[in-house]
Amino acid sequence: METLLGIDYPTWWFLVVGGLFSGYAILDGFDFGAGAWHLFLKKEESRRIALNAIGPVWDGNEVWLVIGGGALFAGFPVMYATLFSSMYIPFMLFLVSLIFRAISIEFRSKEPMLWWRKTWDISYSISSILLAFLLGVVMGNVLQGIAIGPKYSYQGSGFFEFLNPYAIMTGFTTLGLFMTHGAIYLLLKTEGRLYAKMATLLKKGMIFFMVAFGITSLYTLLYIPHLSNDFRETPILFIVPLLTFLSIANVPRLASKQKFRSAFLFSTLTIALMMVLVAVELYPNLLLSTVDPLYHIDIYNAASSTLSLQTMLIIVAIGTPLVLGYTFFVYRTFKGKVILDETSY
Amino acid sequence: METEILARIQFAFTIAFHYIYPPLSIGLGLLMVVFESMYIKTKKLEYHTLAKFWTKIFALTFGIGVVTGIVMEFEFGTNWAVYSRYVGDIFGSALAAEGIFAFALESGFLGILLFGWNRVKPWVHLVSTIGVFLGSMFSAVWIVVANSWQQTPSGYHIVGEGFEARAEITDFWAMVFNPSSVDRLTHVWLGAFLSGAFLVLSVHAYYLVKGKYVTISKTAFKIALVVATVFSLGQLFTGHKSAEGVAVNQPAKLAALEGHFDENGPADMYLFGWVDKENETVSGLKIPGGLSFLLEYDFDAPVKGLNAFKPENRPGQVNAVFQFYHIMVSIGMALIALTLLASFYWWRGTLFDKKWLLWIFVFAAILPQIANQVGWFAAEMGRQPWVVYGLLRTSDAFSQAVTDNQIMFSLVLFLLVYTLLFILFIYLLNKKIKHGPFDTHEDHDRPNTKGIATAVIGK
Repeated sequence: METLLGIDYPTWWFLVVGGLFSGYAILDGFDFGAGAWHLFLKKEESRRIALNAIGPVWDGNEVWLVIGGGALFAGFPVMYATLFSSMYIPFMLFLVSLIFRAISIEFRSKEPMLWWRKTWDISYSISSILLAFLLGVVMGNVLQGIAIGPKYSYQGSGFFEFLNPYAIMTGFTTLGLFMTHGAIYLLLKTEGRLYAKMATLLKKGMIFFMVAFGITSLYTLLYIPHLSNDFRETPILFIVPLLTFLSIANVPRLASKQKFRSAFLFSTLTIALMMVLVAVELYPNLLLSTVDPLYHIDIYNAASSTLSLQTMLIIVAIGTPLVLGYTFFVYRTFKGKVILDETSY
Repeated sequence: METEILARIQFAFTIAFHYIYPPLSIGLGLLMVVFESMYIKTKKLEYHTLAKFWTKIFALTFGIGVVTGIVMEFEFGTNWAVYSRYVGDIFGSALAAEGIFAFALESGFLGILLFGWNRVKPWVHLVSTIGVFLGSMFSAVWIVVANSWQQTPSGYHIVGEGFEARAEITDFWAMVFNPSSVDRLTHVWLGAFLSGAFLVLSVHAYYLVKGKYVTISKTAFKIALVVATVFSLGQLFTGHKSAEGVAVNQPAKLAALEGHFDENGPADMYLFGWVDKENETVSGLKIPGGLSFLLEYDFDAPVKGLNAFKPENRPGQVNAVFQFYHIMVSIGMALIALTLLASFYWWRGTLFDKKWLLWIFVFAAILPQIANQVGWFAAEMGRQPWVVYGLLRTSDAFSQAVTDNQIMFSLVLFLLVYTLLFILFIYLLNKKIKHGPFDTHEDHDRPNTKGIATAVIGK
């Protein structure tokens, strides 16, 4: 098999796709999180400021989903096809929530009536919560494995099979993580009373996340042994969960000192490390079959041709600096606390 | 069978709805770039007002375009898993390139386009507007490339057998520049410019007949009229090139477009008609040998008809393909007539006295939209029974793991959500039009008028 710098192309793509989805989780993570807190804010002004904190960036954040999805499609079409068709209902609910969230942000400020704004507030917040939860649910199913039979076909049945106990746990963990991340983001963008309010909410968010994360971790160790195999075989890998725990612990420590900029760095790092954890647990598999290990989907049987992977790697190498460049530019333009003007939502 | 039909209906519905918006975004993007450049060049405030006004309407179309577009990307995997595995190596690359080169550019600069008026220098803002416009143009490039590869596959080979069979890239640039991509892309771009230009024409024609915002509307109308006239005429060429390509690459589709059954005889061209598939006849008004003439400049030149293909390799809905195609062509001709007439009156200096003509423009905004829709329907239904022409049948391509009930559920969901979305879109579009191009200082679209300072301090 051809390699680049001693690493084969499917592995490179595993890293690319993983990197893109991590970027997505970090970026849309804080705006889903901010959305999840929306109904906790009672005043119209507060809600507007919170909304405008993500106003200029949420759309750019969502691009990472589009690119990640495209990269998965291009790099591992078998994984893309099997995962998406097996998880049909959660993906459809995800799409509909994504639509509701986008139009809530867009349409909320277009009318002054109280009922209009309240309706969009509710739709915005619930869809943000659902999106974070559903991402976690899909992740839980991927980690746990699904009933893939011959010909990559999903053999599961039932409308709500995706909503199993483990997936629910990972769903809540993700929601808690994003709510923590989002609360810190809002703290960076607000002042005065809203800032104080977010500081109290952040504590609740952190407790929620830690409880959910603790339960999920325990359940994983006890009931899903295949996820810790790699760590038993290669003890050096224990550094990843260790770093994750340290990173998580740093968030409340920094938050209590009101160093929110650093706390945000660590909530970002936490998301990244949790993605690394998932990657270590899975590699080189992508999707485990609960029917027979024969039907596992891994980076080799799912990958596109080497030529395609090479071409796409060039495209990514050209594209990523561009994307990071204008992402940086946008964040710089809108840095600092939110200022509402006539173009705001 | 049931699952296949439901999956097709869902795809058709979601893509048709989606396709209301991207062409508007591309077309309005072009006009925004023109307005803003004129402002930077002339420093006349009216151009600035126009750029800002149309940016607000653009924001509406862009937002809906993005979210309904993500649905499309996911639907390949959810509903067309076999297809996705088969073409991932090729189609996936085009889609990923779209995301990284086009979509990121578009959405990255969108924040500055919408919220940056007071934050960056005018030229930086113009660069952002151009960035968003170019992003939407590039989006069209990769999507049309991907779709064109389905119509005229090239630069690939097939590896594997049975369910493992899939198309792999052998030559990236041959895939990108497959035989139909350039012709179809220009046709799509121009169609998008027209939908944007005609919306601008419609809104400003409405202001003119109502006697509101007259000066600024005359300026906008003239600019949009130039765009609309040039590109209406341009569609003649891109359309003709596309048809020539179809004749060479997808003869069965061409035969369906004109309802031409005769195995290898001269082909007529219809102005309108009705196809009777059973009796293999078309009744309508025709130019005998017209299609032969268009393709070969000879009224008697033989053209392969539907009967030259095995029944299982012909498009199933010949009459529908025929009708959609003819509606598109008729609208194209109508747009040329309309824009030339308006240009003529402009030259005579009487354009803005012709109320009846302005009224036609008020309603004409719908025409390019219809043409874009039916054009795609003709192209996609004419490709049947193949999802990838000559390689993979639609009936083999859908997700086996997804049940009828699941699709029924999602289809109903999309029907409800999109209906709501469309009602809101029309409502808000209407509101923005009624509000007019000028910012009002009472700032009545917010309940809070306490001012920026209090909002920030939070007291």
